Amino acid sequence: MSDTSVVSTQLDIEAIRAEFPVLHQQVNGKPLVYFDNAATNQKPLQVINALKHHYEADNANIHRGIHTLAERSTTAFEDTRKAVQTFINANEAEEIIFTKGTTESINLVASSWGRKFLQSGDEIIVSGLEHHSNIVPWQLIAQEKGAKVRAIPVMENGDLDIAAFSQLLSDKTRLVAVNHASNSLGTINPVKQIIEMAHARGAKVLIDGAQASSHLPIDVQQLNADFYAFSAHKMYGPTGVGILYGKRSLLEKMPPYQGGGEMIKEVSFEKTTFNDIPYKFEAGTPNIADVVAFKAAIDFINRVGKEHIAQYEEQLLTYATSQLKNIEGVKIIGEALHKVSVVSFVVEGIHHFDLGMWMDAKGVAVRTGHHCTQPLMDRFCIEGTTRASFSVYNTIEEIDVFIGALKDIIKKLKP
Amino acid sequence: MSQSIQDVQNEIIEEFSMLDGDMEMTIGYVMELGETLEPLEEEKKTEENIVKGCQSKVWLDAQLQGDKIHFKADSNTAITKGLVSILVRILSGRSPKEIVDADLFFIDKVGLNRFIGTQRSNGLGAMIKQMKIYGLAFATQVKSQ
Ligand SMILES: Cc1ncc(COP(=O)(O)O)c(C=O)c1O
Repeated sequence: MSDTSVVSTQLDIEAIRAEFPVLHQQVNGKPLVYFDNAATNQKPLQVINALKHHYEADNANIHRGIHTLAERSTTAFEDTRKAVQTFINANEAEEIIFTKGTTESINLVASSWGRKFLQSGDEIIVSGLEHHSNIVPWQLIAQEKGAKVRAIPVMENGDLDIAAFSQLLSDKTRLVAVNHASNSLGTINPVKQIIEMAHARGAKVLIDGAQASSHLPIDVQQLNADFYAFSAHKMYGPTGVGILYGKRSLLEKMPPYQGGGEMIKEVSFEKTTFNDIPYKFEAGTPNIADVVAFKAAIDFINRVGKEHIAQYEEQLLTYATSQLKNIEGVKIIGEALHKVSVVSFVVEGIHHFDLGMWMDAKGVAVRTGHHCTQPLMDRFCIEGTTRASFSVYNTIEEIDVFIGALKDIIKKLKP
Repeated sequence: MSQSIQDVQNEIIEEFSMLDGDMEMTIGYVMELGETLEPLEEEKKTEENIVKGCQSKVWLDAQLQGDKIHFKADSNTAITKGLVSILVRILSGRSPKEIVDADLFFIDKVGLNRFIGTQRSNGLGAMIKQMKIYGLAFATQVKSQ
């Protein structure tokens, strides 16, 4: 019944799948269908081997070391920084700070920038589509400073209400923090427009790019973003590595986030002077091996080609969406015109938890629950959804397995 | 003389063994068991009766009838409801002391930990803990009777 003719791609998906060892296994006696890519996606051999190679051949602590291994490790670490710079078209590599994830990147800005620049009465605007990690850090600093967090409402189709956003903007707005793409609904937000509107009122903008980085082209200069945060593990890279891009002019004005080694120039008990960016924000020994291996993930995306990935994932999304719509009782939550490859849905009369468990029994990995976006769930008056999200190694045949499983479960649970 | 806690557990182990460890059949069977659960009155589904630690919602109500504790429960998800129904089947209608002392070996034997996963079995653990807390609380009442 599979209509494979709808998908034409320049990509050799079978060859790509062969690069991902984890995909080739049985789960509960069924071939694994991995549709939980928005939570974290799988890693190609190139990344796994880079990690292994680092520990087998180059491992040493970086910076300040004068021996050969230290030199090699430092070079590899800094090569990743340059690769990230190119990947998001930052003006300079020093504007790339390594953290442990999107969450830490956002917390860094909230703590450092927020502590210095926020005052009582100021406002921070987030959106109703945000992940908790782009809400809670702002609430914490707002509470400390007597500032206020306001939220851009979400419309019925899952798009942000830009007209309402323009109403929310005021001279009190200091910062706007929104995601590039929503992890729960897939909505791609008009971030360039949002940035322009915010800048016109003198506010800075942080973009949470966690869900955009593996799907959309990112050009921080063209966007004119002040900060851009994302995670390596959502783009075929290792866990434990996050990126914070910030404009040099801003980063230089910001106080350090944490104190320790690496981030200092000179320390005495009377006075400590801080290192230059990016090191000022990278206290302690960083996650060297994973940062090094992250470059292999960027290489992978560049090799396959972001446009090709986006085009192919769009086809997967379109196919999955149309198949889901054919099933009685299934309601898709979030039907924005522009979406990354994420589809969230509820099934009438069936709790997402039961559905997810039964899907797993059939070898299909989906995510269920509120996806760390409780305000968004409240907006749609639901407790949670079942979410399928696709990466470049997924196939139309897998979507058929998923749809077949869904139909079967619905038949069983709704006699 | 009704079956002992041991006997009921052995019976459950026997029932599940017929499913050959098949995940789908196990889930289906757990859900079926949930259907047999004695309904919990809507007014008993209060905040205080919610068992914490579960991913899905569980309401647990305990009443002392004579010297035995009678459990009623419900859940908003079918799988969890099935799991609760198994616990109710084993522990309801027992004395507080029996409940407190109960060794629930069936969970390992049936492989429910393996089937239900860590997050879920934490929920199961929370339910058991709550039932034992009721056991402890009622034990003093029974003694003072
Ligand atoms: C939109 C969005 N923001 C932030 C995060 C947090 O990322 P991390 O857990 O890697 O810090 C996620 C992860 O699910 C996300 O999807």
